[in-house]
This record gives sequence, structure tokens and C-alpha cells, in this order.
Amino acid sequence: NIFWFLSSSVTKSPVLCIGEEQPKNWFTELQVLKGHFDIVRFLVQIDDFSISERCDAADDTVQLIAFSPGARQTGERLQELRGHSQQITAMTTFTCDDGLTSHTSLITASSDRSLSLWDPDTGNRVQTISDLQSSVKCLLVLERLCVWISGGEELCVWNKDFQLQCHKQNHSDTGITALIELPKNCLAAAMDKEIAIYRLTVSTDSSLSVAEIRCLSDHQDQIRSLINVNDGLFASGSHAGELILWDAIDWNILAYEHILWEESQACAQAEIRLAAPKPSEMSIQHLTTNGKLILAAVGSGLYVYSVLSKMVVAYRKVAHDSNVLHTMLLSDSELMSCSEDGSVRMWEIQDLPLPAEPASAGFFGMWTFSRSNKQTGAPIKKVTDVPNIRMLELTGDLIGHSGAVQMFVNFGENGLVTCSADHLLILWKNGERQSHLRSLALFEKLEESGGL
Amino acid sequence: MIGSPDVVAFTKEDEYGETSPDPWALPKEFSVPLHPPCDSNPWSKTSYAKFTKDFILISEFSEQVGPQPLLTIPDDPKVCGTFDLNYFSLRIMSVDYQASFVGHPPGTGYPRLSFVEDSRVVLGDSKEGAFAYVHHLTLYDLEARGFVRPFCMAYVSADERKIMLQFQELSLRFSQASECLKSGNRRAFAKELQRKLRDLEYTHSVLQREEGLQREAAPQSMYSAHAVEKANELANVEKSIYEHRDLLRQISSYHQRPRRDPNAVTCHKCITECVSECEKLLEKYAKLAKPFTYSDKGEKGEDGQGQIDHEGGEEVDAEDDEGVKRRPSYTPQLIKAKSAKCFDKRLKTLQELCDDTFYNATVELLKDTERCFRGDLSYLHTRRLDRALRKKLRVTNFLFEEDLRDDDEDEGGTLRPFCAVNHAVDNFTLTLNPPPIVLGPEPLELDALEPPDPLDPASETSHTHESELGLVESHLESSPSDQTLETQESSEETKGSFSSDKSGLGQAEGQQNLAMTSEGPDPDSDLTPDPDQNTDLERESSSEDIETTAGEDEGDQTPVSLLEVMSELEGREDECEVVTNGACEVESDLLVPLDTACCMAQEGFLYEASAPETVPRFGQNSNVQHDQTLVVNQEPQALLPLQDDYTVGSSCPESPAAGLELPVGLLGDAVSRTSVEDGSDCTMSASTGSDRAASPLGYGGVVTLRQRKRAGQGALRFVRQYPFAMQALWCLLSGRTLVVLGADEGRVRRLVAALALFVPGPGKCGERVQAWLSCPFTLTDLQRWKLIGLQRVASPVGSSMLYSLSRYSRYISILDADQKTLRCPPYHGQLLANIADHRTYIRRGSTYFLHLQSTLCHLAAKAFLFTFTHHLHLPVSFTEGPEVVEGRRRCFLQEQLGLGEEDSRILLYLSQLITQQYLQPATGSGAAAPCFSFNYTTSVFYKI
Repeated sequence: NIFWFLSSSVTKSPVLCIGEEQPKNWFTELQVLKGHFDIVRFLVQIDDFSISERCDAADDTVQLIAFSPGARQTGERLQELRGHSQQITAMTTFTCDDGLTSHTSLITASSDRSLSLWDPDTGNRVQTISDLQSSVKCLLVLERLCVWISGGEELCVWNKDFQLQCHKQNHSDTGITALIELPKNCLAAAMDKEIAIYRLTVSTDSSLSVAEIRCLSDHQDQIRSLINVNDGLFASGSHAGELILWDAIDWNILAYEHILWEESQACAQAEIRLAAPKPSEMSIQHLTTNGKLILAAVGSGLYVYSVLSKMVVAYRKVAHDSNVLHTMLLSDSELMSCSEDGSVRMWEIQDLPLPAEPASAGFFGMWTFSRSNKQTGAPIKKVTDVPNIRMLELTGDLIGHSGAVQMFVNFGENGLVTCSADHLLILWKNGERQSHLRSLALFEKLEESGGL
Repeated sequence: MIGSPDVVAFTKEDEYGETSPDPWALPKEFSVPLHPPCDSNPWSKTSYAKFTKDFILISEFSEQVGPQPLLTIPDDPKVCGTFDLNYFSLRIMSVDYQASFVGHPPGTGYPRLSFVEDSRVVLGDSKEGAFAYVHHLTLYDLEARGFVRPFCMAYVSADERKIMLQFQELSLRFSQASECLKSGNRRAFAKELQRKLRDLEYTHSVLQREEGLQREAAPQSMYSAHAVEKANELANVEKSIYEHRDLLRQISSYHQRPRRDPNAVTCHKCITECVSECEKLLEKYAKLAKPFTYSDKGEKGEDGQGQIDHEGGEEVDAEDDEGVKRRPSYTPQLIKAKSAKCFDKRLKTLQELCDDTFYNATVELLKDTERCFRGDLSYLHTRRLDRALRKKLRVTNFLFEEDLRDDDEDEGGTLRPFCAVNHAVDNFTLTLNPPPIVLGPEPLELDALEPPDPLDPASETSHTHESELGLVESHLESSPSDQTLETQESSEETKGSFSSDKSGLGQAEGQQNLAMTSEGPDPDSDLTPDPDQNTDLERESSSEDIETTAGEDEGDQTPVSLLEVMSELEGREDECEVVTNGACEVESDLLVPLDTACCMAQEGFLYEASAPETVPRFGQNSNVQHDQTLVVNQEPQALLPLQDDYTVGSSCPESPAAGLELPVGLLGDAVSRTSVEDGSDCTMSASTGSDRAASPLGYGGVVTLRQRKRAGQGALRFVRQYPFAMQALWCLLSGRTLVVLGADEGRVRRLVAALALFVPGPGKCGERVQAWLSCPFTLTDLQRWKLIGLQRVASPVGSSMLYSLSRYSRYISILDADQKTLRCPPYHGQLLANIADHRTYIRRGSTYFLHLQSTLCHLAAKAFLFTFTHHLHLPVSFTEGPEVVEGRRRCFLQEQLGLGEEDSRILLYLSQLITQQYLQPATGSGAAAPCFSFNYTTSVFYKI
């Protein structure tokens, strides 16, 4: 019986089911964009509001879709960029400002060990480099110097004409998985458990050289995520749940947070015998920040860390049914996450209804139980001891994808684009606003055509 | 369904005839004709006619027996009842058929074909109570006197006014039929001429040979009586050859002469084909113009003959399609010097006179015409009005009206020629601009009532429209290749038969001998099916399929009849009397003015600004200013009267139910029962008969009115059966996808077909409806379909299906057909109580359908108003914020339209559809699925 099924899905995770009544969810219109034939992993925003870029990681194509604001948000496919023979591993935009005009192009890296520069207006492949020693895993554009850097097993610096300026071989097996720009022409590159700091030097004859000046090896496990927090800070997250805040100038540890969901081990001890605990349960999949807060996707949970107070302000251990893949802070109190379970969820950081009685919330009841049960870590203490910890309240969810939602790009009031393993992109829009825009367009057309 | 009969009922005696100074009055062409004051009962007319309904009669003035009826359409003896067709044929054939020139007009040496224009008359037989539009035409027949056979087609009706008022359309349609017959006839005539010419050539050669033999045998007896006779005979044959050649030239020049008849538009492709055919023939026979060059030697002569025949055979085959191979090619016959002009010969039938294809096409066309003119004058007029109005309402039509399919119909009086062989491709590119039909001064009422432009009924266009281009193409392609094949074969065959003279083998040989020995050609031998008839038949059958389907669709095109009279009549002729009577009763019941007041008021509003004599046409420049000011600039004052009307309109939704109630009695019960059975059976067969789930509701075709009317029965049953029908309908109307879940395909399909009536903007072919789906659906499907029939299966597939159901449960409502439950957001509105009352007194599906259409039309009008009212969407002044506009919009919906929160949602959805349609009308309904809107509300669970 279908209705039994419906209710059973409801009872499965009662904490997280928001139900069908979602007054705060303003995504009341959607448009499905088809075109890819394999998992869509990356989305890159090219123009401010007009074009979103989607990349199909496995079927070697990059597609551009029109996404102009207003009523003519057609979601139509503008270009299809074909050329790579294997899946695309990294993608970034590259804006070169030559004083008068700035033209945005697109750089892609693929497993076929090639790099390509595309013109999104025409869909032409402008430049391409093949037969690299290894495939590039990350790209970083330094617009200030008008160069860009590719990271893989080696670190290469290229100018805007795709000429190799300098390169640096690495000794690590895994190669560089993430690159960020630091002040004073420095770069931080994540390689396995270490963060290498490189410095770019522009010599008098305007040639570039790169040198490794520091290696930070404080992480116990592979670094999964590396982000700039603000001018003076950057953060890294590891597979073991370590979140480290670094000083961007002198590369010292400012804070160390070890996220451990040990209550899961406590609660699920019966299950542990059946299935070994997944290390990914505390793996920091994704970090995002707005300068004041850092949002970490930890396993299937969410974890909000305040940079100022250097402590956890809100968290949710089970935010999704499966691993969280991408997160975003919409404002200081609103955030969004997507997960392998195919849903996008919107959260609000709310004060606890009764902060004096934390035990009243079921979750905290569990928490205290687990805490008394097992090991006592510093962050855990912090969490519980802080009186003003707040809640992550589910305010809405977007259900549409039938596969893992890999990523999303927010276009503000114009909507949200999600990409997924089900080969689809979905454009989520504010129905009311769209309706209003259409109405405007209608009267515009009415005026143009001089009546009905 | 603006023109449903209840609009007819709304007529005010006193207003009629005034030269309306009232600016709020309807333009004339939308006013409803009143019955002529002399007889108040419009149905009394038929009482003294001996036939019950109109029919089409084809008669011939036979040179042997005089006027005789050939066929009636519909071809059913019951149609004309006791009406004396013979007598009536005499009447109509004796009126006019133009004297044709026979023999040799001065100045020419050869008999001339008379190119006679058709003539059209209306005549009546008051004693019989029969009136007819009579269309005379002449066809060519080589064996007939003066080579012409006069025919006439008559539309016979008991109502003289009907004929008078429909004269233009009748004339148009019959002209098309006549043109079709005539072009077929010209082909057949050319073919006959060709055959005759070959016979003559052959006879000539035989005579020549005989003469030569004679001369060889006895040169001295050159002037013997026998020789003289032979020479005369030869000369006669030669003369005959020249005459026939000239006839062929004449018939090929047929198209070059100016046509006076503006209605006579023929398919250009047909014309060029025919002309080129004739020219080929001419050329060939000009080449053979020297029959005297044949060798005197018998052997050689025969060889030459074989050669000739070889060429002749080629020519025959050139016109043929496949299938000739099996048949021996035409064998020339000896022709007796004196042509047999005797009365015992058998005249060709009409079918033989015209090409089979053309004949059948004509019959179809006439059948169509008959169907199109069914019903009485007021019905016809209402229907026309309805069409005219709906054409104007393109902005909202797509919501609930069936597709008019007249997008390509002529706008400015251009006619699409009817083409029997479906030369649709070329006709699309043709721009025919015949002069407007100018008839003699009509009676006053005619002018007043006739719409300004002659409505080209969509039916004939639908033939070409419907025709499968692929078929045409394949037909056109196939002929050349076949031609070469057959040419080879037939040439071999003929060569064989003639060269192996001595062997005496072969059928052709035998036939030849037979012909030699016999006294001359049997007149009937020409009538034996000629070799290309088979191919014609084959081609015919395929094209006939199209024609019939098109015809059926056309039948469905007829908008709501007098409560299904039409469909009933089509379905079973036996019950036609019963039904007609029943319909009359219903009709008279309907004469009570219902909620038409509001309809009229709306129309008055919408068309108020246009001058009475011009039809306002959206998108035309003349009325642009008017409309614009009307809709955009004049608010909010412009709305004030309308709002009043709306309050009137919303206050009367109860009345139609009472008014449309059927007379309960023996008769009414019987009728309703039959229609119930009929409807259910039909929907059943229609639904289970069709195959895969991928096909839309209309099974690839356009959803026709008849299907919709049948669905009306299902919808009525649904409404009566399910107490939560209202909620389900609300889901559909407010744009929430409804999934009908069930294990039994037939039941689900029936339910879906019934509920599809409520899907706004279902698409031309019901693209937004999926009747039967047996795999899990995805979000894309939800975006595309608004109504889905889903198979309930107890298997892994089923569980994944249930998973998709639960996953997307926020976007859908689920109607469980097996357990009779509904899961959807709660609805407490009043708007749909009118159409979803499960204690409704409406018994008949078609009645309910009308009722429904009227309600939905009402909704669409409100949505139109809402969509295009400027100040409901945009600020009036700069100081106004969006919340002011929002408040005004809410106020409009709640206070002025009296809609609650949930009812407003319907209107908002309809308005959204209208906006989207208006913004992108060209892309077609199926191409770009509009964006998918939803809202987050809790669903509740309804049970019976």
C-alpha cells in the first residue's frame, strides 16, 4: 500500500522530516535542464547573473546554459564544449582584464592530462595543452598577476597565453588536491596530510619562479578541504574531522577543532557489529565560510563554527540521510546543504526555544547520554558547556533529483541551480517572483504589439 | 464552448432588428438569429417533409432513361423515407442544365468539347416540403451524346431558409466536390481517348494492311466496290483519329481557359499533373500522326504494330502504379467504322467516369458536407458563432476548448483547393487568391446573418491537413521506378505476343485473334476494368483510410450538438427519430435563459469597442487601439461594469444545474441509457484498444470533441461516484499533478480520459496527460504531465514506483482507483461545487460536458480578465510598493471575484498558463513544457 509506504518514510527519520508544509521555502517553481549524459559534478558561475556553467565530469562535455534574470530565464543550452576525451577534473573561470574590456573564459582540466581554454561566447577551444605529466586536479587563477596555476603531481604556473612560466615537482604521491591563494604572493596547496606553502616571485625580467617555503603537517589524515576564510585566515579540514584554522601570514595554527560524533558509535554499537563504522562519518567533505562563520559538512552532519569566538555555535549531527556534499552559507543565520541522498536542505540557525532546558530536545538528550558514555574531547566539552549554543532548524528541502546532488550554485533571488548524479540540473526559482516577472513581460509584450 | 445552445436561448425579441445604437450591444454577427416571425416553431417545418433529415442527392440526366437519382448521402434508404427521389431528380434536372454544343460548331472541323461552367440554383418543391441547393455539372464521356453527361448534386433540406442562408458555403463545398469530380473525369476521359486512339491506330493499320494485300493481290481491282469501301473506311478511321486527337488537345487545354467560377479552385499540382499527362499523350500521338508510313508488308506491319503497341503500353504504364505487372497490357481492338450509338449500350457509371480516387474523394467530401450541415439553422449558426468567437479568443482557447485546427485556414478568403490525391505539400506553399465570392444580392437577413467572410469550413482543409505527408511522398516516389519496371515487362510481353505470330501461344494472341474475328469491339470491353484500376484501388484504399479518419474527426469537430444528436445520428440511424425528439425536448428545456446573462455581458465587455459590422480580431491593427485602451489604459474605471457582471455571474452558478436537468420520462431515460452504454463502451474500447503507455490520451491524434464528450460521461460518473471528486478536480485545475493509481488498465485509462477534461491547457494531442504509465516516473515527467495514470504493480518495479510516488508526494495528488482514496491538499472552496456535486441531477454525459464547458469557460474568462488587468499586477503610481499591488490583487480575487484562498489558486494557475501561452505562443504546446510550479502544503487523505 502506497500510503503505508508514505507514512513509513515519514517515521524513518522523524527528526528531519519537515513535512509538506514549508512556509519559509520560497523555491516554488522548478525547471529541469537536461543535456548531460553522465554525472554532473561541477557548476561554475561565469557571468554575474547571466550564465551558469555546468560541467559534466564523466561524459567529457561542458555545457553552458543561459540563465538570464527576468522572465526570460530560459535555461536553454547555449554551447556544448566538446574536446576532452576523459572526465573533467577541474574547471574555473579566467577573467583577463586588458584595461578596456574584461573577457571571461573558461579553463578546464581533464583526466586525459590536458588543459583547455574555452571561449564561452562561441564555444571554441581557444587554447589547449595536452600530454601533461599528470592529470590536473585543481586550478587556481591569480587575476592580480594574470597567471593561473594548475595543481596535480606537479605545480605549474601558466600565463594567460597558456605558456608555462615555471613548475615545481612534488614529492607526495597523491599530488595537490586543493589550492588557495594567500597574501604576499603565497599559495597554500593541500597534499595528502600536509599543506605546502609556496611563494611566487616575480623577478626583474618579469619571469616567475615558485618556491616551497613551508610545509604544515599538523593534520592526522588526508586534507579534504582547504578554504580562505578572510584576509588573515584560512582553514583546512581533514578526513578525520580535524578543522584547523591557520594564520594566513605566518601560517600558525589559530584553532584546532576535532569534530567527533562519538555518540553515533555509542548509540549504534549494535550496528557496529554489522557494519564497520564508516570513516567518512567524520570526514570534512566540504568547508564554506562567509568570513565570520565556517560551515563544515561532516559526514552527513553540519557543523557551524564561529571564527570570532573560535567555537561551535550550532550543529546537526544527522542533517541528511547520507553524506553532505556541498554547503553554502546564505547569511549569518541561513544555510543550505546538499547530499548524496538527493535532497537539498535549507537550515536556519535558531536559538533554542528553551535554552535553560537543553535536555528537553531529544537530540540533546542523546548527546548527554553519549557524552557520559565515552571519551571526552575538548571540542565536545566546548559544545556542551557553551550555554548559548543554537539549533540548526530545517526550514525547507528541495526534492527533485533522483541521484546524489553534487553541487549547487546560488543566484540569489534568481534562483538556485543544482546538479546531480542523475544527469540533470534543476533550476529552482521563486514562483511568486517568476510569476511577477512573467506578468511584467506580458504587459511589455502587450505594449509592444499594441494590444492583444 | 461559447456557442452552446444555451446561448441560443438568450434572445430578446425587442432588440432584434434595431440598428443598435447601444454601444454595449453585441455586434451583429454575434447576435443570434431569431426565427422568422411567420412561424414561431422552427421545428414545425420538417413536419410535412417526407424525409427526416437533410441529405445530398446525386442525379444524372441519362440520355437513355432521363433524370435518375444515382446516390444519396448518407447512403441509407431510411434517410429519404417516402420521399420520391425519382420525381425530385426530374425536378432538379429539368431546371437547368446548360445546352452543350454537339457536333461541329461553325468554324471548326472537329467536334468540340463544351467547357461548361457549373450552375447553382436553389429550388424548392413546396408540395413535397423539399428545398434544394442544386449544383449542375457536366462530365465528359467519349460515348455520350456530345461527349457530355449532365449530372447534378443537390443538398436537399426541408428548411428553405437553411439553404438560402448557407448558400455560400454550400456553393463553396459543392464546387469543390464538382471540381474534384471533374478533374478525375478529365483524367479518365484522357485515358479513354488514349485507348480509343490506340484502337483507331490499330484499326487503321489493319485496314491499311488489308488494303495493301488487296492491292497486291489484284492491282487492277483498285476501284472495285470492295476497295472503295475499304478506302472509305480507312478515310473514316483517319478522320476519326484526327477528331480524337483534337479532343485530346481540347481536354488538355481545359485549364487554360479562363474560369468564371470563383469557387472553382483546383489543386495546382493535380492540374499540372493532368496537363503534363495530356501533353505527353498529345506529343505521342502527334508523333504517330503518320499512320500511312506503315509498311505494306504484313510481317513488317505487324512488327510496326508491335512497336506502336509497345509505345502505347508504355504510355499506359506510365500512368500506372504497381500491380500492373500481373495483368496483360491493353490490347487494341478493332473499331467498327460506325460508332455504336444505340440505346442498348451501357452507359458508364459515375464512378467509371471519374477516376476512382477522385470519385471516392468526392463522396467523402460530400459526406463531410452533409455532416457539416447537420442540425437546424440555429444550431449551425450557433456553431459558426461559436467558432468565430473562439477564433477571436486565441489567448484563452488553449485552456479548455478543443483545438479548432484552423490555424492554417484562410484568413482573408483564400480557398484551399480540395485535392483528391492529397497534394498537401504543395498546397501549403500555394497562395491562392481567388476573388471573393460575389453572388447576387441576397435577402436582407442573409446579409445580416452571414459572417463577413465566407467561412471556409475546416473540413475540407482537414483532408489535406490530415493527410500523411509520408504517404503522399511515397506514392509520388514510387511511380517512376515502377514505371520503368513495367515498361520493360510489358514491352517484352507485347513483343513476344506479336512476333511469335505463328506459334499461336499467349493470351494476347488469342485475344487479338478474337478481336480480329469478332464484329468489332464490344462496347462493354471498354468497361472491363482497365489495367490501372487495381493500382488505383490500392492507392484508393490507403487514401481512403485517411479520408475516413479525417471524416470522423471532422464529425467530432462539430461542436456540441443538440445534446449529442449528431453523434447519436452518426452512431445509429435506427434511433435517430427517438433521439431527435429527445433532443427537441431538451432543447426546448434549454430555452430557459440560464446564466447566459453573464456570458453575454462578458462578451459585451470584450467586444464592446468594436464597430458592429466588423469582427474584432485580436492582433489586427484596426482594433488594436480599442482593445488596448479597453484592457490596459482604462482601468480601473473600465472594470466597474464588468465587476458587476461578475457578481451576477458568480451568484448564479446554481441555476444551470436545474436548467440542464433532463426531462425525466420514458423517452429521456431511454436516451440517456443508450448514451450511457454507448459512452462507456466507447471509452472502454478506445482506452483498452490503444497500446503503449507512451501514447498520449488522444493516441497520437488530436483530442476530438467526440472523445471529450464521451469523457464527459466518465467525468459525470466520477463526480457522482466519488465524494471527494471536488478535491480531485481542484488539484487538476490548480495545476497539481494528479496521479491515478490502479491495477486495472482499463479503469485507469477511463478515469484518466474522464479527468483529462479538467486539465487546463492539455495540449493539442493531450500532451500534458499520460493515460497509462507502468514505470516509475521522474521529475521531468511531473513537469510534463499534469495527469498520469499509473500502474500499480506488486513487484520490485512496483516498489520503486511507490518510492517515486512517496518521494515526489509533495508535487502530486494521488487518486487510488482501486481503493477509492485520494491524497491531496484540502480544498474547501465553493467554486467547483457547481461541477463536482455528486448529487447532481445531470444524467447524461453530454449534458454534463456542456455544463462543464460553460463553467470552465467562465473560469477561463475570469482568468483572462485577471491576467490582463494592468493594475492587478503593476503599480498604478510610483509611490505604490509591491505590497499594495499584492493587496489589490488579493482584494480583486476575494472581494470582486468572490474566491477563497483555494479557489484563487485555480485562477492563478490559469492566469499563469495564459501568461506563458501569450509570451510564447509559437513554440507549440508540446515543445517547451512550461515551468513547474508548486507550493508546500500538507496533504490530507480522503476516503469514500
